[in-house]
Amino acid sequence: MIPLLKIDGLKVSIRTDDGMAQVLDDIGLTLERGRILGVVGESGCGKSTLIRAVMGILPKAAAVEGGHIWFDGENLLVFSEAELNTRIRSSGIGFIPQDPLQALNPVFKVGTQLLETMRRHAPDDGSRGRDRQRRHVARLVDLLRRMQVPDPETALERYPHQFSGGQRQRLLIAAALACSPTLLIADEPTTALDVTTQHQILLLLRELVGEFGLSLLFVTHDFGVVAELCDDLCVIYAGQTVEAGTVQAVLQAPSHPYTRALLACHPDRATSFVGIPGLVPSPLARPAGCQFADRCGEALPRCRTSSPLPVKTRSGANVRCVQYA
Amino acid sequence: MRPIFARLARDVPAMLGLGIVVFVLLLAVLGPWIAPYPGDASASHLLRRLKPPSLDYPFGTDNLGRDIFSRVILGARGALQIALAVVVASMLIGVPLGLLAGYRSGWLSETIMRITDVVLAIPQLVLALALAQLLSPSLESAMLALSLTYWPFFTRIVYAETRRLSGSLFVDALRGVGAGTSRIVFLHILPNALSPVIVRATIGLGFTILVAAVLGFLGMGATPPAPDWGLAIAESRTYLPKAWWYAAFPGVAILITVMGFNLLGDGLRDLVDPRIRRSR
Amino acid sequence: MLRFVLRRCALVLPSLLGLLVVTFLLIHAVPSDPAVAMAGDAATPEQIAHLRQQYGLDRPMWEQFGLYLGKVASFDFGESAFSHRPVALDIVQRLPATLELTFASLLLSVLIGVPLGVVAALKHNSWPDYALRIFSVLGVAVAAFWFAIMLQFLFSMTLGWLPLRGDLSATMSRPPVVTGFLLLDSLIAGRWDAFGDAVRHLFLPAVTLALGGLATIVRFTRSGVLDTLQHDFVLYERAVGYSRSRLVWIYVLRNSLTATVTQIGLLFGGLIAGGVVVEAIFDWPGIGSYTVQAILTGDRQVMLAVTLLVGAVYAMVNILVDVVHGLLDPRLMGRA
Repeated sequence: MIPLLKIDGLKVSIRTDDGMAQVLDDIGLTLERGRILGVVGESGCGKSTLIRAVMGILPKAAAVEGGHIWFDGENLLVFSEAELNTRIRSSGIGFIPQDPLQALNPVFKVGTQLLETMRRHAPDDGSRGRDRQRRHVARLVDLLRRMQVPDPETALERYPHQFSGGQRQRLLIAAALACSPTLLIADEPTTALDVTTQHQILLLLRELVGEFGLSLLFVTHDFGVVAELCDDLCVIYAGQTVEAGTVQAVLQAPSHPYTRALLACHPDRATSFVGIPGLVPSPLARPAGCQFADRCGEALPRCRTSSPLPVKTRSGANVRCVQYA
Repeated sequence: MRPIFARLARDVPAMLGLGIVVFVLLLAVLGPWIAPYPGDASASHLLRRLKPPSLDYPFGTDNLGRDIFSRVILGARGALQIALAVVVASMLIGVPLGLLAGYRSGWLSETIMRITDVVLAIPQLVLALALAQLLSPSLESAMLALSLTYWPFFTRIVYAETRRLSGSLFVDALRGVGAGTSRIVFLHILPNALSPVIVRATIGLGFTILVAAVLGFLGMGATPPAPDWGLAIAESRTYLPKAWWYAAFPGVAILITVMGFNLLGDGLRDLVDPRIRRSR
Repeated sequence: MLRFVLRRCALVLPSLLGLLVVTFLLIHAVPSDPAVAMAGDAATPEQIAHLRQQYGLDRPMWEQFGLYLGKVASFDFGESAFSHRPVALDIVQRLPATLELTFASLLLSVLIGVPLGVVAALKHNSWPDYALRIFSVLGVAVAAFWFAIMLQFLFSMTLGWLPLRGDLSATMSRPPVVTGFLLLDSLIAGRWDAFGDAVRHLFLPAVTLALGGLATIVRFTRSGVLDTLQHDFVLYERAVGYSRSRLVWIYVLRNSLTATVTQIGLLFGGLIAGGVVVEAIFDWPGIGSYTVQAILTGDRQVMLAVTLLVGAVYAMVNILVDVVHGLLDPRLMGRA
């Protein structure tokens, strides 16, 4: 069976006042059906651009220079805006945004906003007009109850500012599920929340994936979250996939020096907090050779001249590093 | 300072505005030497009344045979003088009041801001007209009336800036090291509040030229035979539709001048206010 | 909701009181003697003394202020030196014409300005945006009285398409006065000929008055929409597949209108002020031409009444703006 989402060789550049920024430079990842894939990287590595590329909402100044985004066997990059809207957004791919406090339109009732999406994207069940709207409301109320939103019956009549951050994230998850998509994309959905709420939301997501037969692409900068939630893992550095594999394989035996350095940074795992020295190379001036060479403790002279390609290691992970080439 | 000018230089509309403002300033200073018939500020030549635009009289002549081109050039000085006087006077009233109300609190500050609100709540033109008329119509009363109605704009801005700054860390720090009130206000707060004041003053110059032209048009400002733009348009009405040039060119002069100040003011504001700069 | 409105009204009261003080001081702090001015140049000292007594000008300041308040409260603004009728009566008769003109131009500038502003924002930094920016700069910089004269020259005197002045042709009989609003009265009387004629008369003054407001509305709608487009929720709404047109014209626009509504409120003052000159040029039988007449004839009672009226209208418009803000943005209502 073909994977639900497969991205290969994705390259995206963005025109800025100071020149062309190579934001994504050969991203590759695979999400199998029914699984949860965590995409990990520091801020500025291109995670948001990756998501925007999949959803077809790249900024005007951005250009896709190469690669494919296969969703259920179809390349989304050749879809027109109208096709994306009618066939993919909400109905095929549900989206859970990063900051629940900012994602809802403050001047419209929650119900108005959620129903706006359903009106266009909910699967056709034969009902029309008022009847259809009633069914949508009923489905939303069911979902909100499932999400443990208090007073689900009246929630739709309230405004976003009348909910807490965690409640708003639950509303947004319900919204993402409302049109029965097969894939969920979550953009760091818990970073804006406190630790307890964060944990509850992760548990909820985990349950929902099984319950609704979904696949989940979960983007984060936090290895702890990945370990808690995900089946597979894909590490991104400076717009490139540097390591990908199952969570178990990668966390037990990280192959890429960057992955190892990141794991060493993580307070849950390391006894002392060690930052990675140096800075991510600017997307305006990508160095030749390996992007991580300047910060890598194990860099060799050839790391600065030849760009490595991903190769399979013994543990089954894909790694982009000359040590394994 | 350098990057500010560099950024302003890249803003084409603002540079256009600056060009216009410099041009009008030059006209105001050098007008009598540039105008082809400088004597037409007051002289009249009844033999060449209401001539359409020609090579000799590029903008035509008016009802007294005066060269409109010359009078438009000569009018720049009066317009700028009024505008400068009004804006400077308004700043002299408005800025200190804003500093006072912003830095101190209590009944004085409250009173100042209430008065500011009230004056701002009446459209400036209406209040200025009423004042100018009560003071008996003349150019001086017009200027006084405009100043007395424009200062609250400066008070409002300076008040807001002072409030913002006096709550800021660096002023707290200054108080901590024992700096005196007047030192803090004049050396530290005023310079910081200055840029919005300059922006407002630039736009205010354009605005005042416009309102002063209305006063002139209604016969509450400059008196004949002064080469005032607003006055000229008022005089021209009797000679329409025959002598369209009589009404048209003084109006274009007002339009271009005011536009120059507005464009420059907008450009300056974009430099000063980063929030607006982002949205451009 | 009601509490919100009442609270706003209460906040305006000090401003209104201040307005009364300012207008009172306008009469009394001016160097020339009001009694002398009212009596005219040819008055005898006895006449002046009589006037002084009649208007209480010989009493102490605070007592005069009390008198003044009492008169204002009973809508007694004295008699116009020009028309020799009570000022309040003149105003009531002339107000509908001014309101008709003001609303017509406000409607014009909003109905055209808001969509243009949205388009300018969407076409950010391309030629429609540049064209609209130039237009909005021109629109603010143009002197309304000059623009009015140019319109008259072009459309009335040269082309003869539209009437030059007034609110109704001299040959047209007036519909009976019911509301005082000429357009409404024509409709009530079923007089389509009068209605058409009135609309033709309304056109040029309304366009003149709308120009400055139109420019301002384009400008603030544009920057409001540009600002809103930066928000995360727009990205979210695109990601979940809102249709482009509904996203822009409903979801983005409503967030952007707060700035525009504030400007419409401010414009209202500008419209009243601009109306003074425009009415005078088009001989529009409203408050504006009344004011100009008062200025030219030195009619102080009228000027004071008009200043007071304009200030009061302005205060009410500000309340209205706050209420509309509350309706546009439910977060504000909760805070009040």
